[in-house]
Amino acid sequence: MALALEGSQAMARAVALCRPQVVAAYPITPQTHIVEGIAKLVADGRLDCEMVSVESEHSAATVALGAALAGSRAYTASSSQGILLMSEVIFNIAGLRVPLVMTCANRALGAPLSIWNDQQDSMAVRDAGWIQIYCATNQEAVDTTIQAFRIAERCELPVMVCVDGFTLTHTLEGLEMPTQEQVDTYLPAYRYARALDPAAPISVGMLVTPEHFSEVRHAHHQAVLRALPEIEAADADYAALTGRAAGGLLEVRGDASARIGILAIGSVLGTLEDAMLSQPDLPRTRLIKLRSFRPFPAEALRRACEGLDHLIILERAISPGAGAILGPEVVMALVDGGTLPKVHDVAAGLGGRDMRIDLYRRLLALTESDPKPFHVIDARLEQLPEEDR
Amino acid sequence: MLEIRIHGRGGQGNVVAAYLLASTAIANGRHAQAFPAFGAERRGAPVAAFVRIDDRPILRRCQVSEPAFVIVQDQALLHTANVAAGLRSGGGVLVDWMSEGQPELDGEVVTMPATRLALEHLGRPVPNTALLAAFLALTELFPVQALTDALGERFKGEALEKNRRLVEQAASTVETGRWKEIAHGTGA
Repeated sequence: MALALEGSQAMARAVALCRPQVVAAYPITPQTHIVEGIAKLVADGRLDCEMVSVESEHSAATVALGAALAGSRAYTASSSQGILLMSEVIFNIAGLRVPLVMTCANRALGAPLSIWNDQQDSMAVRDAGWIQIYCATNQEAVDTTIQAFRIAERCELPVMVCVDGFTLTHTLEGLEMPTQEQVDTYLPAYRYARALDPAAPISVGMLVTPEHFSEVRHAHHQAVLRALPEIEAADADYAALTGRAAGGLLEVRGDASARIGILAIGSVLGTLEDAMLSQPDLPRTRLIKLRSFRPFPAEALRRACEGLDHLIILERAISPGAGAILGPEVVMALVDGGTLPKVHDVAAGLGGRDMRIDLYRRLLALTESDPKPFHVIDARLEQLPEEDR
Repeated sequence: MLEIRIHGRGGQGNVVAAYLLASTAIANGRHAQAFPAFGAERRGAPVAAFVRIDDRPILRRCQVSEPAFVIVQDQALLHTANVAAGLRSGGGVLVDWMSEGQPELDGEVVTMPATRLALEHLGRPVPNTALLAAFLALTELFPVQALTDALGERFKGEALEKNRRLVEQAASTVETGRWKEIAHGTGA
């Protein structure tokens, strides 16, 4: 039976089911309820885990890194400015090939200060060398959190589980939780191959000269790419065990034969699908839910986009001065396939702007003319001075 | 799909009210969703929360802009927030009301002294449980007992008993089934 749970509480329970040995975190909106939930499970004696309260996000990531290096299953969570403050450590965690899991409760970055949802924070560290998986629903957040530990440990890479702040973290809904027995079967105890051991000392994080640095970086790129089949397998095995899949590398919903596609990441896909189903007068589309952003599933994306006349890309972050973040990567993947639909690339829902049902109609309207330069589709340009429009 | 918006002030249990209503729906086999109008909440500030109830999975995650019902936890908000904004034609507004007469609002308005009842039974001015009890009685979405069951997840012993008595009395202050037609015309 579905349990009525706030997203954050469900994610906390999912983390606990994975039996982490060390959790280190510093509270920040909208991540707070997740780590509060874990702290309470530890305090109530329901989770045997070292819960470390630290003085900053930099320390949270550092404690998680150290714990994982020492062989513990480790977890942390953050958002927004917290992700930025820990970014130095985020790159180190990846470069050292340390398996751990972090939830990013996606939130805008300041300035100007905003506590509300977009995906600028995780996009700011997209090049860190982590696996990044985006969740569209709280059920996916629960299931992906559990899958993330397996992916991290099999790939010896850190995994960032990205969930839209507030929209998922603060929403209560009916959720299915796997049993402890199921998770224990899926995620057996883990032994990190390079765990620090005083009896067999090794050096970690040494200086790498130009003689070897390029090879290290290339190898890291290849390692993240090799996670593609692991992400698919982790989802397939989880589905075999629980009856629920979370969407593999990407998922095509809506009308798979439609000639118009909309590609997006995160929880806006539910609103778009609802808009399509509840407005039968509007064209049906191929809704492409990109779940794995790092590694970028170029081949799966080419298959998902086959035969499209128009591809609308909906971004939840921007790169000022260039515009799109997702778009160029999607286009590169499709160019490799030879044919390219007309690509319409826009951002929406920045800093928590409500993305309503009419967004679907507005996105479809883009296909009525030739593609325009990237723009923020729900910005009220009339409020801006002429030179900023 | 039935959509409800709850207006209140930080500290009045606005989100708790939304979560309780959605939890009651889920426990009764419906699909439901509840979330706050995300803000930097602080005690006393006007806040809102949203509830959706349906017999099918709920996909949309936008705010509720055209509610069938509005619940107002603080009558002073009637002067500041546009609580009836987007209310569906024929929709109902339930107001925690302690004054003489009726609030000046268009539409189908029901008032009840939720804060006063909460003070009597719980000793605290938290109107949310009493309003939810009245709302369930008005709409007959679920038996009022289902709310007491949901409260049993949060309270035990004497506190639960006080809440049970509050729910019973609050439900009896309104006309049972008065909003049944509105509630059942929405697919929930």
